[in-house]
Amino acid sequence: MRALDGVRFDIQEGEFFGLLGPNGAGKTTLISVLAGLTRATGGRVLVQGSDVQTDYAAARRKLGIVPQELVFDPFFNVREALRIQSGYFGVKNNDDWIDELLTSLGLMDKAEANMRQLSGGMKRRVLVAQALVHKPPVIVLDEPTAGVDVELRQTLWQFIAKLNRQGHTVLLTTHYLEEAEALCSRLAMLKAGRVVALASTSELLKGASANVLRFKVDSELPSSLAVKARITGRIVQFPAQNALEIEQYLAAVREAGLEAQDVEIRKADLEDVFLDVMNKAGNNNAGSAQ
Amino acid sequence: MNNLLQGASTLFYKEVLRFWKVAFQTVAAPVLTAVMYMLIFGHVMSDRVQVYDSVSYTAFLVPGLVMMSVLQNAFANSSSSLIQSKIMGNLVFLLLTPLSHWAWFVAYVASSVVRGLVVGLGVFAVTVWFGNPGCVAPLWIVLFAVLGAALMGALGLIAGLWAEKFDQLAAFQNFVIMPMTFLSGVFYSIHSLPPFWQGVSHLNPFFYMIDGFRYGFFGVSDVSPWVSFGVVGSALAVVSALTVSLLKTGYKIRH
Repeated sequence: MRALDGVRFDIQEGEFFGLLGPNGAGKTTLISVLAGLTRATGGRVLVQGSDVQTDYAAARRKLGIVPQELVFDPFFNVREALRIQSGYFGVKNNDDWIDELLTSLGLMDKAEANMRQLSGGMKRRVLVAQALVHKPPVIVLDEPTAGVDVELRQTLWQFIAKLNRQGHTVLLTTHYLEEAEALCSRLAMLKAGRVVALASTSELLKGASANVLRFKVDSELPSSLAVKARITGRIVQFPAQNALEIEQYLAAVREAGLEAQDVEIRKADLEDVFLDVMNKAGNNNAGSAQ
Repeated sequence: MNNLLQGASTLFYKEVLRFWKVAFQTVAAPVLTAVMYMLIFGHVMSDRVQVYDSVSYTAFLVPGLVMMSVLQNAFANSSSSLIQSKIMGNLVFLLLTPLSHWAWFVAYVASSVVRGLVVGLGVFAVTVWFGNPGCVAPLWIVLFAVLGAALMGALGLIAGLWAEKFDQLAAFQNFVIMPMTFLSGVFYSIHSLPPFWQGVSHLNPFFYMIDGFRYGFFGVSDVSPWVSFGVVGSALAVVSALTVSLLKTGYKIRH
């Protein structure tokens, strides 16, 4: 089985690039190939011109990778972990930058704490600091906000956005599509190891259904309606191109004996685009399999 | 080049700091174990075994116990560090760095040598009070301690790379390392064995490490220290070559 197949794209210097896809789409595999943790059976990956296989030392020096797994070394405290990571990259006397990282990520009062004593969110912050300790021009974040609180998300995104403004290239994978929409200027969507969409965020949003009809119901929708809807608990959402379609959906709900509450019409967001792309890709895959 | 050297020296420093932070477990415990061996074997055997003329059994036992501790702890250092990092997942911090396979090899082996020597010195400092073995050729002592520890540090790297679970590593330690050290002449001279087992002992590289090491103390040994040096040096070269090639290909750590 191929985890990645025919994936080909460039990320421009200074870009904030998002890599989206459902679980198992190949996002982490792609990052693992980039990081040298996994060797691709074919193809090439270059980081600012350095091949990740043949010129791995130069490529890795340019990369700062925040791994998805919440890992830590229990033998050391936060400052020791950062000094050691810095030393691996040959960066000596790096205490000023380490202090700046600790301050920016809200870790200063934990600097001398052992890694074991930190909460999950704090460990995540240390992972980010470890990835940035050698000031890499390219920052890769593999689902950095999975399971972390709002405060850390805010701190993290402010800091990463600042680094991006300073010229760092950022590659982000996330399942939080509102984050991707807010932060990423360009996106690639992966499904089953293939790129199924690659465009600027604004182009992708423009290409989506114009509107979404959103309301709540207390009972189950009839199956003829349910197949067209995105249902999250009581919330039902229908993609709608125009007012007539909206009227038709509402009429069908009424005819089914249900009451639509808190009805609203909103612009389509990245989540709608994502689902649309994934559905179409699924249909295409099914078609080609036949 | 400077970057690479600093990277390797940082990994060496980290590995030394790692065992030093838990020195009670990594240094004090093996010293205590060696003292137990000395108390029990020294007491029970001292009147029954005469290995070399003019050397008491307890004095004979001291270098054997020191070298056994050096070897076992050098192996434990690299193997346990690597398997812990693999299982906890923090090996990724190292895998993401530009460090070459040579840097990994030098740093892990050198830190294993340091751990082995620190434990060996501790064991010597305590056991020497039971029977002073003297010191005829200190260079041989240092040479065999360093070469033996390096060989075991490299073997520990191979075991740490190969093992996926702690029990696999424990099996390697209990079924390979322990029998080979115990059957290498730590507690006896192989000349006291029947001819067949003497022959078998000559196939055990651990025998040459301990015999050569012991020569440095007494000036007598079962085989010439030059022969031991040749065997241990060759074994180190072969094991090192294998370790470096496994690190280069990312055996079980890069997929």
